[in-house]
This record gives sequence, C-alpha cells and structure tokens, in this order.
Amino acid sequence: MILIALYITIAMVTLAALLNVYRVIKGPDAPDRVLALDTLYVNAIALIVLLGITLQTRMYLESALLIAVMGFVGTVAMAKYLKRGSVIE
Amino acid sequence: MSTFAEYAISALLLVGGAFTLIGAIGLARLPDFYTRLHGPTKATTVGVGAIVVSSVIYFSTLGRGIGVEEVLITAFLFMTAPVSANFLAKAAMHLEVKTTDNTRGQTWDQ
Repeated sequence: MILIALYITIAMVTLAALLNVYRVIKGPDAPDRVLALDTLYVNAIALIVLLGITLQTRMYLESALLIAVMGFVGTVAMAKYLKRGSVIE
Repeated sequence: MSTFAEYAISALLLVGGAFTLIGAIGLARLPDFYTRLHGPTKATTVGVGAIVVSSVIYFSTLGRGIGVEEVLITAFLFMTAPVSANFLAKAAMHLEVKTTDNTRGQTWDQ
C-alpha cells in the first residue's frame, strides 16, 4: 500500500514541478521567475525525500538539507539583486 | 510494520503530494505576482512537512532510528519561507510589478 501511495505522490510532485517550469518560462516579470525557482527547489527536496523512501536509504536526506540551505541563499541573493542592483554592497 | 503505521504513512504521503500540487496550480493560474506569492507557501509548509513526517515514521518503523536530518529540513524550510517571500515582495514593489485591475488600494512607495 505504501508503494502505491509513493507512486501517486511522486506523480503529483512531478506534475507540480512541471507547472513550476511553465511559470519559469512564461512568467511576465523577473520576480515571478525567482518565485517559481524558489518553489522548484522546494519540490526537488520533496522528490529527494520520496526517492529515499522508495530506495529505503537515508543517504539522500543530507543532499536534501544542502539543497534547502543553498536554495534559500540563492533566492535571497536574486531578490537582493533585483531590488538593489548588486548582491554585495 | 504494523497496519496502522502503513495507513498513517500512506495518508501523510498523499496529503503532502496533494498540497504540493495545489500550491503549484496556484502558482500557475493566479492572475498577478502578489496573489501568486500566496500559492507556494502551501507547498513549502504542509506539502514538504507531511512528506518529511511520513519519512520519519517510515524509517523509525524500519528500526533505523530517528535522524536529525528530517527535523533540520523541516525547521529550516519553516524558518526561511517567510523571509524569502518578504524579500521577493519587496523586490516586486521596488520594480513596480503590475497588479490586477480589481485590486483594492495600491502598493506604497518604498
């Protein structure tokens, strides 16, 4: 039963990632694209955790943690670049 | 693995996937940037939160113990999601991104 729920959930999260890619391509302004990339890395974390459950290993959780940290830093850097014109003043 | 744990893990997985999908649909369909900012917060908090909790229950019923990674991922996402949303909203106000026509009030100058 867990396996069926896992496959349904992986399909849902993949569809969500495809919708985010659609917003990255279409997004009329730059903040839309940054917001869609932000959501995309959150979906990548969910997919990595689901992959870890499928393969029954805890090894991939550390890479999910790294993506969480680096994605936040990237989002803040891009938002600051859009607002100020430079990342480090 | 007990039947109750299987039901709990499956239900949490489905809830997490549904919230992630709902957040992405909101990001794709809502009319302007300020309303679009509202959708992905569901994917960040409840979506990833439920999936990570199901991972915790799964590995603890397998006898691998409860690790610190899941707790760290959840805590970090819950702390950083409002901060990045606030930064993005400020950047959009600075760039004067257009709102929809039926918005009441205007965004103020920084």
